[in-house]
Amino acid sequence: MNVKEYIPIIQLCDHYSLEVSFFGELHEVGLIELTSIGESQYLHQDNLVEIEKIIRIHSELKINIEGIDAILNLLQKVDDLTTELDRVKNRLSLYE
Amino acid sequence: MTYIDYYKVLGIDKKASENDIKKAYRKLARKYHPDLNPDDKEAEKNFKEINEANEVLSNPEKRAKYDQYGKDWKHAEEFEKAKQQQRSSGHASSQSFTDEDFSDFFSSMFGGASSDAQRGGRSVKFRGQDFSAELQLNLKDVYTTHKQTLTVNGKSIRLTIPAGVKNGQVIRIKGYGGEGINGGPNGDLNIKFSILNDTKFKRDENNLYTSVDLDLYKAMLGGEVIIDTFDGKAKLKVQPETRNGSQVKLKGKGFPVYKKEGQFGDLYVTYQLTTPTKLTDKEKKLFEELAKLRAS
Repeated sequence: MNVKEYIPIIQLCDHYSLEVSFFGELHEVGLIELTSIGESQYLHQDNLVEIEKIIRIHSELKINIEGIDAILNLLQKVDDLTTELDRVKNRLSLYE
Repeated sequence: MTYIDYYKVLGIDKKASENDIKKAYRKLARKYHPDLNPDDKEAEKNFKEINEANEVLSNPEKRAKYDQYGKDWKHAEEFEKAKQQQRSSGHASSQSFTDEDFSDFFSSMFGGASSDAQRGGRSVKFRGQDFSAELQLNLKDVYTTHKQTLTVNGKSIRLTIPAGVKNGQVIRIKGYGGEGINGGPNGDLNIKFSILNDTKFKRDENNLYTSVDLDLYKAMLGGEVIIDTFDGKAKLKVQPETRNGSQVKLKGKGFPVYKKEGQFGDLYVTYQLTTPTKLTDKEKKLFEELAKLRAS
């Protein structure tokens, strides 16, 4: 495990002015995966884009964690449907 | 530069209380937030507008200035002079907007984004922003793996485009997005492919479809036809009594399978029967005889 790729949760809390419990709750509902190294918890840098999106939705739209979970699920569905729509459009071009 | 009615943007009247403004802003922000409307330029534009409106109307000092000089923004400087001595401390804002997110109208009145709205003093490393780009290619271009140089945000990127890329497919190129902050990793570049097809072949996933004309005699008696495949020609044996619209499959003559070198889809050829025209008397007579034979 490359430790350099992990960001301490405490640093994220400091930067975003959030409580440690916020990240703990996200971890509990399965929105992020935290890694424990010693007594501290860390987030892999690849998850930073997703966590920043979650924080924006939470802080700018005042949406709670359950709401964020529902939104992310719906966005995933939109993304899947967009991919499916592209596939269907390609198929439809066969008959044009 | 045109006047922007911030009250109208938020759908409130001029007597709206701070609470009304907050409520109206939050309602619209939930509707137009870019994270909830990915790749929607219109939503992004609306979101910037409502943020700008909120930035002004939720700040009592800015709101007062806007109410007094909004329509007459060119004289806003006078207001500044008058306020110079009694300038109070800035209004706290949690927005993370920069100058370019505000309209010319806003910049003219308030001089760009307020300093407290900008992020600063970061000591943590953060990954850069992801970039999105669309690349238009012809179907012929994606039949073979090839290299192409793209310019994204002023940077030249030499890209290998694997054969078989599909229309609408997105390829993520790690590290070619926005620069990381405080030495953090760069974001990624997402390239969406738009494949234009100006060939006589239709594509469905890895299979290709085409049609060929077949004259009546060859259709009835059988024979051979030379057809165009995507990368050359092929000889096809025509079975006697071939029906109009019947289809034959040429295995492995379709489109390359994405990232599976040497694997191809199939080519489906549909026969379109053509009937002879301008018949001579003799031909007409022979067809009549044929018709009689069929009837008996």
